[in-house]
Amino acid sequence: MTQPELLHILGVATVAAPAFLLLALGGLWLAGIPVRERTSAHLTHASVMTGLLAAAGILVLMLTTGIRNVPIELGNWVEIPEEHFHFHLKFAFDRLSVPFVILSFVLCGTVGAFANVYLHREPGYRRFFLFYAVFLLGMTVSSLAATIETLFLGWELVGISSALLVAFFHDRTAPVRNGQRVWSVYRFADAAFLIAALTMHHLTGSGDFDGLMGTGPWPDSTASISSRHALFVGLLLLTAAAGKSGMIPFSGWLPRAMEGPTPSSAIFYGALSVHLGAYLLLRVSPVLAASVPLQICVILIGGMSAVFGAVASRVQSDVKSALAFASLTQVGIIVVEIGLGLHYVPLIHMIGHACLRTLQLLRAPSLLRDHHTLQNAIGGLHAQHNGGPLSDILSPHQRNWLYRFALERGYLDAFLDEFIVRPFTRLFRYTDFLERRWTEFLSGSDSRQSVSEAFSDQSVDDLG
Amino acid sequence: MTELHLPWLECSILIPLVTAAGVRRISEQDAARRISTAVCLVTLLCTLGAWADFSTLHSSAASDPWDVLSLLFHRPMLVVDALSAPLLPLAGLLYLLTVATTSRTKVNRFSFTWTLISEAVLLATLSCRDPWILTFLLSAATIPPWMEFRMRSRPTRIYVLHMGLFVVLLVTGVWLTYADPSPAGPSVIGTGLIGMAALLRSGVVPLHCWITDLFENVSFGTALLFLTPMTGAYAVIRLVLPVAPDRMLQTIAVLSLTTAVYAAGMALVQTESRRFFCYLFLSHSSLVLAGLQVVTPIGLTGALCVWLSVGLSLLGFGLTLRSVEARTGRLSLNRYHGLIEHTPVLAALFLLTGLSSIGFPGTVGFVGTELLVEGAAGVSAMVGLAPVVAAMLNGIAVLHAWFRVFTGTRRETTASMECRVSERLSGVALIALIIAGGLFPQPGVSSRYQAAVELMNSRHESPQTPSAQVSLQTASFQTVPGKPLGPTDHSGPAIRH
Repeated sequence: MTQPELLHILGVATVAAPAFLLLALGGLWLAGIPVRERTSAHLTHASVMTGLLAAAGILVLMLTTGIRNVPIELGNWVEIPEEHFHFHLKFAFDRLSVPFVILSFVLCGTVGAFANVYLHREPGYRRFFLFYAVFLLGMTVSSLAATIETLFLGWELVGISSALLVAFFHDRTAPVRNGQRVWSVYRFADAAFLIAALTMHHLTGSGDFDGLMGTGPWPDSTASISSRHALFVGLLLLTAAAGKSGMIPFSGWLPRAMEGPTPSSAIFYGALSVHLGAYLLLRVSPVLAASVPLQICVILIGGMSAVFGAVASRVQSDVKSALAFASLTQVGIIVVEIGLGLHYVPLIHMIGHACLRTLQLLRAPSLLRDHHTLQNAIGGLHAQHNGGPLSDILSPHQRNWLYRFALERGYLDAFLDEFIVRPFTRLFRYTDFLERRWTEFLSGSDSRQSVSEAFSDQSVDDLG
Repeated sequence: MTELHLPWLECSILIPLVTAAGVRRISEQDAARRISTAVCLVTLLCTLGAWADFSTLHSSAASDPWDVLSLLFHRPMLVVDALSAPLLPLAGLLYLLTVATTSRTKVNRFSFTWTLISEAVLLATLSCRDPWILTFLLSAATIPPWMEFRMRSRPTRIYVLHMGLFVVLLVTGVWLTYADPSPAGPSVIGTGLIGMAALLRSGVVPLHCWITDLFENVSFGTALLFLTPMTGAYAVIRLVLPVAPDRMLQTIAVLSLTTAVYAAGMALVQTESRRFFCYLFLSHSSLVLAGLQVVTPIGLTGALCVWLSVGLSLLGFGLTLRSVEARTGRLSLNRYHGLIEHTPVLAALFLLTGLSSIGFPGTVGFVGTELLVEGAAGVSAMVGLAPVVAAMLNGIAVLHAWFRVFTGTRRETTASMECRVSERLSGVALIALIIAGGLFPQPGVSSRYQAAVELMNSRHESPQTPSAQVSLQTASFQTVPGKPLGPTDHSGPAIRH
């Protein structure tokens, strides 16, 4: 077997393993065939290990041979040759994607093993692993995508699995409302992403990242579009990344997402999903480098998110929310690093942070036990921390204001509700009212036989 | 014209039409449902036969052998072509699944006789290209819902007003456009009137109130059967697209896109499930209509793909909602119902079909939506933005409805809400089609591209207004049976990957 053939087989196996898991779990679920927990765990284990070993194999080959970019062509999923239209399924293994996909497999494998015990005999066990399979496929496809359409495909899979896992405990209202909130923000981010993809097509005539970022493997490539175009596309991608990673002004959904079971919180908001926006920015870093104003925007968004996350995490009353904002701080710093034009530093930062945060979130349910263990070990109460350097600088009034600002999570949710969601719903409720008047005028009677209730404020909150 | 091997089209029309008279005499409604299901199944097989037969002929169009109507009119009246070949089985499937999943509690409200008659009329419409017969059939199709209004003693004024106007506009438009072909080309006024009729039939804002009224006052099944085939879009393709000037098509596209965004926004604020579905459907059907006016091969292909995908997805979505309503009555979306514990299969169907309708990856709608958005964006950035915004809002609305109907609380009930066999089978069949079409989209896209090229050719061959002639100089296509299709000279705005 030649080296290119071996690379191709390993590349296909990396993507096929999670796809197989989804097909197996989804197919059995749709067919109504009950799957035992053990079978589900074995399938998950086998899929993750296959993907991980294949990706690691590619890494070894790349290191030994010095190859920096391994494109895996799966052909055209859809094509209209006469119009030169191709939906190209192409994956790229390079210095960015290989570490990230290996990270994805390692952390998904860890969380899968943890969830197998954590959710043992839970009614939603099968559902969890089905959504987990969707997420794993989405992460793998997003990490390895070599075209923007392929990346979008994975991006959407991550989005839906994320929203459904936040609403995992579906017999309570709060998780469901938070799941809806996450989904709404994701859809907004997806729309920005799709518009960016369309603009890229217009500018470069291709959806390949190679076409956008010129020749040369990452990170040495140079953008092949003008500074003005880079600013436009880059801002759209920054919006998409901000939505996906919970950066300002979309940070409100991040603590809400902690309503899901601990394993999903760990994998989504501590480890992988929250870094996907930063990964996107890193992938298109040549575009960022083409426009200084764009770099400034990236640094500003990242910096503000980091500061906000640091302030908000200090006043959270539950450990998972505190960890969520701590994640945001690190993601913000990673984005600043990307804005400063660094490549390997944010990548290493991302990997290190994801591993640490996964560990912290998985230990979160046993926090009190850990704390008591620590107290026993040191032989007394842990020293209380009575404020940081800011407490000496700020006046009591300013401290109170900052405390409230942090406690209210920067009023970001309230801001989005007040200035986007409510005007939108008010407008359409008003047109609904006008329609009702119009149909009643035409029919000469009450036009609505069905349940007719006012659109509740709770509904407005959900949609936000 | 090439002939099919068997008279599939005549059989698919005559079987439901003839059996309708027999079903009328059956007093027991459950027996009527079973017989109607069998008839719809046979009809579906006939339409599938027509599609398969047509595919083997490699022709641009084919007619029935032994066509009785051709003896009267001296030309083939029932024709299957690349456009209608998959639409016929889709219509057959729509009727089969709607009839089969009608619950026993609803059979007394649902007229199987009129359903079979409307199926025959719909299949005849989709098999017909003659402007006058098409006008007659489109007008006749408005009668079965009106009969149900009357049977249920519901106010008919809104429906009659809109459908009456539709018929008047259509007949006048066809008369002005096709009755006396002028050497200077078809009448712009006539084409405009047909266009207005089609917009009215498609429920384009502000002429859409009759659709919400229909969903309010007739059974969910009847409303689904009347709207899901999107005969307004079909009228545009057959009667408007070949002869309309560019400016008119652009106007229709802008109105349709406005409707798509508006209806998506309205779907988000609805507090009742049926009205929510109505606006969701309106948004999607308007996207199809808008795509049809983007007269580029990519845009047209996208619109035709979305036509099929939305037809399948929203059929499944609507039938699922109908099944849920059969168990709970009309649902308020202002509170949570928590039905997932009792009806997990319906919950899965609702979610999958809803996601498919918004073009989610891995479902049949994904590639079509991509093509449609790219086709629209090729015309202008703002036009391309509208489908993206509509898809975003529809996506939020679908999951919002899912959460409201199936989650959020624990529902206590003593009665079983489990899926019936017919519902489960229907759901599995639809999901299989949706996922198979999503994973292997190439055959569908190729078939729709062929239809798009033929539509472009029909526009090219028709006597055109000057503006249309100018626009067609930029894109002309050759369709030769058995040979690859392709542009001879293309400088349109289609995006190349």
